[in-house]
Amino acid sequence: MSRASITKAHSKIQELSWEPTFITPVEKYPTDYTFEKAPKKDPLKQVLRSYFPMEEEKDNRVFGAMDGAIRGNMFRQVEQRWMEWQKLFLSIIPFPEISAARAMPLAINAVPNPEVHNGLAIQMIDEVRHSTIQMNLKRLYMNHYIDPAGFDITEKGFANCYAGTIGRQFGEGFITGDAITAANVYLTIVAETAFTNVLFVAMPGEAAANGDYLLPTVFHSVQSDESRHISNGYSIILMALADERNRELLERDLRYAWWNNHCVVDAAIGTFIEYGTKDRRKDRESYAESWRRWIYDDYYRSYLVPLEKYGLTVPHDLVEESWNRIWNKGYVHEVAQFFATGWFANYWRIDAMDDTDFEWFEHKYPGWYDKYGTWWERYSDLSKKNGHNPIAFEPELSNYEYPHRCWSCMVPCLIREDTVMDEVDGQVRTYCSETCHWTDAVAFRPEYKGRPTPSMGKLSGAREWETLHHGNDLADIMQTLGYVRDDGKTLIPQPHLDLDPSKMWTLDECKGITLNSPNVILNGMSPAERDAHMAKYKAGGPAGRPAPEAVPA
Amino acid sequence: MAEDTIQKPAKVRSVPITHFTDSEAGAKEFPSSRSRSYNYFEPAKRRASVYEDVTVDVQPDPERHLTQGWVYAFADGTSGYPKEWTQLKSSDWHEFRDPNEEWNMTIFRNAANTVRQVAQSLANAKAAGSYAGWSRSWAQIVERHVSAWAHVEHGLGLHVYTPSQRDAPTNMINNALAVGAVHKLRFAQDLILYNLELTELIEGFDGSAHVDVFQNDPIWQKTRETVEQITGTRDWAEQFFVTAVIFEPLVGELFRSGFVMQAAAPQGDFVTPTLMGAGESDCAREQKGARALFSMLTQDPEFGAANKAVMEGWLEKWTPRCLEAGRQLQPIWSQVSEKVVRFDDSLARSFARMNDLLNDIDITAPKEITA
Repeated sequence: MSRASITKAHSKIQELSWEPTFITPVEKYPTDYTFEKAPKKDPLKQVLRSYFPMEEEKDNRVFGAMDGAIRGNMFRQVEQRWMEWQKLFLSIIPFPEISAARAMPLAINAVPNPEVHNGLAIQMIDEVRHSTIQMNLKRLYMNHYIDPAGFDITEKGFANCYAGTIGRQFGEGFITGDAITAANVYLTIVAETAFTNVLFVAMPGEAAANGDYLLPTVFHSVQSDESRHISNGYSIILMALADERNRELLERDLRYAWWNNHCVVDAAIGTFIEYGTKDRRKDRESYAESWRRWIYDDYYRSYLVPLEKYGLTVPHDLVEESWNRIWNKGYVHEVAQFFATGWFANYWRIDAMDDTDFEWFEHKYPGWYDKYGTWWERYSDLSKKNGHNPIAFEPELSNYEYPHRCWSCMVPCLIREDTVMDEVDGQVRTYCSETCHWTDAVAFRPEYKGRPTPSMGKLSGAREWETLHHGNDLADIMQTLGYVRDDGKTLIPQPHLDLDPSKMWTLDECKGITLNSPNVILNGMSPAERDAHMAKYKAGGPAGRPAPEAVPA
Repeated sequence: MAEDTIQKPAKVRSVPITHFTDSEAGAKEFPSSRSRSYNYFEPAKRRASVYEDVTVDVQPDPERHLTQGWVYAFADGTSGYPKEWTQLKSSDWHEFRDPNEEWNMTIFRNAANTVRQVAQSLANAKAAGSYAGWSRSWAQIVERHVSAWAHVEHGLGLHVYTPSQRDAPTNMINNALAVGAVHKLRFAQDLILYNLELTELIEGFDGSAHVDVFQNDPIWQKTRETVEQITGTRDWAEQFFVTAVIFEPLVGELFRSGFVMQAAAPQGDFVTPTLMGAGESDCAREQKGARALFSMLTQDPEFGAANKAVMEGWLEKWTPRCLEAGRQLQPIWSQVSEKVVRFDDSLARSFARMNDLLNDIDITAPKEITA
């Protein structure tokens, strides 16, 4: 269709909507935002008669590449270090995609603008496409990659693993709570507009560098739909900004959404890119460099800051602090180290870093080796079965203190000095940062800055994986969760990539180890003990190193 | 010396170094090296279909593998996909499989085929100058009533199927409903863009008449009222049941198949039935899904009887409304110059279709359609 006929067609389909006169529309998904004064903004001119053939063509290209990858034996050259992390990534990502589809009626219900409704409905089916195309990619990996274990339990693993909980926010956050908080600010304004850049552009680049050209094929196809979604979000936020009463809510939601996305996405994608790659060419971007380009420059400076002129309060301090955490506080390195510490409760294998990796990290992040090098050497040593426990249960050998969980973002409190402890809702909780504390104690509450916010959601669920399994034997946990291979004893996760059965860890090495929850132990302490414990915890790090014993109270 | 002959130092290209990793399936034998199927759900048949593989359990559930529960809740404490969002109950909602097995390949392939079919018909009609042979009375029916129908499809697509795909408790149900939504929306757009084309090709064709007809013509007010009432229903299963099982036979099929597709050909119109046929075909796919879902619920070992009672209550409430809406369309049958079908015959066909559906679902048909 020509541009002129698309414009004419798009204008014509606006005739389809009408204002009901026989009923009052049911308010299915509540919001505290108001849109009475919203101007009509046209987000994109898409009609379904041109949309479907376009998407079919994109699908055909993806399926063609899949056939080519199988015929060309792509798996002869994929790096196992990389593919193993896909067991986690591809277990998480179809859920946020399908959640985005489910989020569309929240936005449609809240925003009184038929022109936006059309774009949102198209986004809905885009997201169904993304979810199923990604599941199908994973299915291909399971069928053709050397080690299918972990792919074979994928959605179960996602639903019961400590890392899945972290990832699930990037999905549940789209569909629950205040409709605009969830489906517009969290999903479209921040997750899609900012963080899909590292998810669907930077990460596929890394996949290609590790011999996997299918992930880029699928994810670039997905990303090509995102620009339309970004347009939907932009249109709605401009409408929200037109009403003065929304300003405080937008400020709140942008702070929450930015920070949570940073905590969750940078943790996961940063780890996949930095620690899942074997390509250590120094002229390639590190995650920090990608972040600076895609998120700081392209999103923050080019998209978010210009919205200030419409009255949006941009969380400059949080953007700068995110960068500070990535660049100066080692956020991604701390997370990768934690994932590797927790290898025993994963459904993928984690390769140790070696001298080539050390050299690259030192080049990209000067001072890296002094902080993390020794620990990775110990990880490598302890990856070999030799009568010792998994590294998480060898704190003295590893010089690593298992971390507290952040109640809000559920990534552990890894930058130890930033940890916040507070009693909220009758429970002593820990938070990775002041902003995550604010998220739970202030933002997700029925009142904000003295105004009622009855539609705002709540943080819920058994939020700490360790608490759920506190006091249980590790072998029992692994069996219950299904992280055991088909011989009934070898573990799916391994702290190395060696597939020699005699070198693979089994339930035997897990028996007799008790998993404890730091939070349960913390709540069992007296207030004075807790304060002393937290002071010592905060004095620890980097790289999870416990503080020396003599710490002033 | 020409510039292009100056020797420049060769630029070193940075490319990944390919390693032979031998990471193909079958390269080694070790525990689980042959575990090449998703093992966390029971397929409906012996082997899982691609549809099942890409759909089942993507939306987790605390009753299956979601050990930590949902991590966000609404203000009232409900979270995830609350089962209380419908009166119907199931011992296992996850048992439902979409008989159409929709996933991205089928969704876009089928829809794109429909788009091509419609586009080719329109192009042929335009090239053949076929609209010139239409009578004024038929052109007015398309202008007023066929075009008014686009609103119905749009309303059901955007305000019934779209929210329902947020509300149902499993990914298999929700994906099927999402596909139903875009079928309806595409059909609505097809009709209204057809209206645009006719406005340009038929002299005197009033492209905006449908708005007033749908808003004010008494023929359409009961239909509009019924559609609005369905969109204003909170229970997603009730919305889907009423739409697919009651409204579609008594109003949708009555108008589309019972009138337009019968009456168009003698008027020299081969295009409108093509569009209507595409919509009818999509509607039949959604009804196939409705049959599977609602019969699963009537046969539920624990809740079957209670579900039947709820559905029969919905029939009691909605059948008279839909029937009245359908009956109010009757004057349209008289507006064509050549009568090829009687309203009563069309209605009898709708009753038969609805009876078939109810029979498959195993609930008692209401007296209005059995008398």
